[in-house]
Amino acid sequence: MTAFARFLKSLFLLELFKGLSVTGRYFFARKFTLQYPEEKTPLSPRFRGLHALRRYPNGEERCIACKLCEAICPALAITIEAEEREDGTRRTTRYDIDLTKCIFCGFCEESCPVDSIVETHIFEYHGEERGDLYMTKDRLLAVGDKYEAQIAAARKQDAPYR
Amino acid sequence: MPEIRNYTVNFGPQHPAAHGVLRLVLEMDGEVVQRADPHVGLLHRATEKLAEYKIYNQSIPYMDRLDYVSMMVNEHAYVLAIEKLLGIEAPIRAQYIRVMFDEITRLLNHLMWLGTHALDVGAMTMFLYCFREREDLMDMYEAVSGARMHAAYYRPGGVYRDLPDSMPKYTETKYRDKDEVRRMNANREGSLLDFIWDFTERFPGYVDEYETLLTDNRIWKQRTVGIGVVSPERALQLGFTGPMLRGSGIEWDLRKKQPYEVYDRLDFQVPIGVNGDCYDRYLVRVEEMRQSNRIIRQCVEWLRKHPGPVMLENHKVTPPSREEMKSEMEALIHHFKLFTEGYVLPEGEAYAAVEHPKGEFGIYLVSDGANKPYRLKIRPPGFIHLAAMDEMARGHMLADVVAIIGTMDIVFGEIDR
Repeated sequence: MTAFARFLKSLFLLELFKGLSVTGRYFFARKFTLQYPEEKTPLSPRFRGLHALRRYPNGEERCIACKLCEAICPALAITIEAEEREDGTRRTTRYDIDLTKCIFCGFCEESCPVDSIVETHIFEYHGEERGDLYMTKDRLLAVGDKYEAQIAAARKQDAPYR
Repeated sequence: MPEIRNYTVNFGPQHPAAHGVLRLVLEMDGEVVQRADPHVGLLHRATEKLAEYKIYNQSIPYMDRLDYVSMMVNEHAYVLAIEKLLGIEAPIRAQYIRVMFDEITRLLNHLMWLGTHALDVGAMTMFLYCFREREDLMDMYEAVSGARMHAAYYRPGGVYRDLPDSMPKYTETKYRDKDEVRRMNANREGSLLDFIWDFTERFPGYVDEYETLLTDNRIWKQRTVGIGVVSPERALQLGFTGPMLRGSGIEWDLRKKQPYEVYDRLDFQVPIGVNGDCYDRYLVRVEEMRQSNRIIRQCVEWLRKHPGPVMLENHKVTPPSREEMKSEMEALIHHFKLFTEGYVLPEGEAYAAVEHPKGEFGIYLVSDGANKPYRLKIRPPGFIHLAAMDEMARGHMLADVVAIIGTMDIVFGEIDR
């Protein structure tokens, strides 16, 4: 390139206008933005969000208190206490997940031999005080009951890969 | 006559251009930096020490959180170190998946770097465009691992799950009718590989746009050309790796020099700079994005043709599939053993390094024959680059410090660990 051509390019701000044409094109292009609370990005069936405890279709809770999830949890967020129930089966008396400790690695779900503890597609939970993010067994079961259809569908979709 | 003293400016730790929690104590002579003193440690989480108290697999999610813009590459170094000590190798398909996701991570990292670096220097739009592409890349992350960032996807002996054959799709809302949703779902109709392929078709065009906005831009050049120059000799002496070293003109890339996984089977080039200034490092990274795109395309082509296992069948190290675990006693025992005790590594030590988007990321693992590491040392690239802050910033203007921080591509997750 000759010095003169360079001078002309520089004088007429050519490269700046080229850049401006890119931004100008996007100004009129179709917008990429999603209107978040009303519409959301799609979530994969493997998504790891808020935890839930599941039940069998007959209403019996799945968890057998094997404590694998408690053992594998890297953040030590799960606390389990277990006892024998009247009917002789082993059940948890306490199943707590401290969401302020949880790092959502998904190991609890991976370890669970009865598909009891799962991570759901819910990512918009909140707590107004610290204690609100301490999930107890009742609350976890309640989440599971409420979203069972969605949870089961996602597990089914991902089953061939696990 | 009053004593003349240099003015000391405290930069950060709560400064948007400090890329996290960098605190710089700058000794200024007017507007010229006389001495830059980085103070680190504000994001220290004792990852190395924590790892000593956890079975090997439990530390994988913590690796994600080291350099939290290139998650899977950190995991990669860690699982490679374990595999080295165990003397196992992941199945070939898993190796291709790992390489593909390493390169996707490289794109994620470089897009983040480009966006924030440009934003620091004054180009706002770049940030928005880069994050638009990151969205697609994060969808890929989510499709395989279930998390947009902290994936915990690589495992010693392979990867956790195979690539999914379908992508999640957008649904109709009051803002979008059927036709528009169909248009948005156009690249989500096939498998994840189709989605990635579609992205790689589009991506070089996006890189061209970034280059139109920046490469010739006189403001960008004024802010980066001749700033933070590091000579090749000095770059070696300072222990630079990755684009920082290549920007100074030394061709050093672990993917070429000591190929791990399947990098020796892939065709790509290593870009290097000439002058060793911020602008050259920008050019190197942009070209790296194009090369990563090429690698991803080669991986997708290979993965389409070669289905197979993605995890070793050695159940002393890798958990059996869920179906097996639920039907066979032996598999159930392995499952329980692996999730409580984990596995034992033979006594010894191993160093595994990968070409991280920021440089050489290494994991030095010492095992005393237990199911937890005796010692885990992380070699972070950013820490070593940050140590050269004083040398690079000395004699430059205050505003150039921001450009230098940007060009180093520092992330505090890995520096403070």
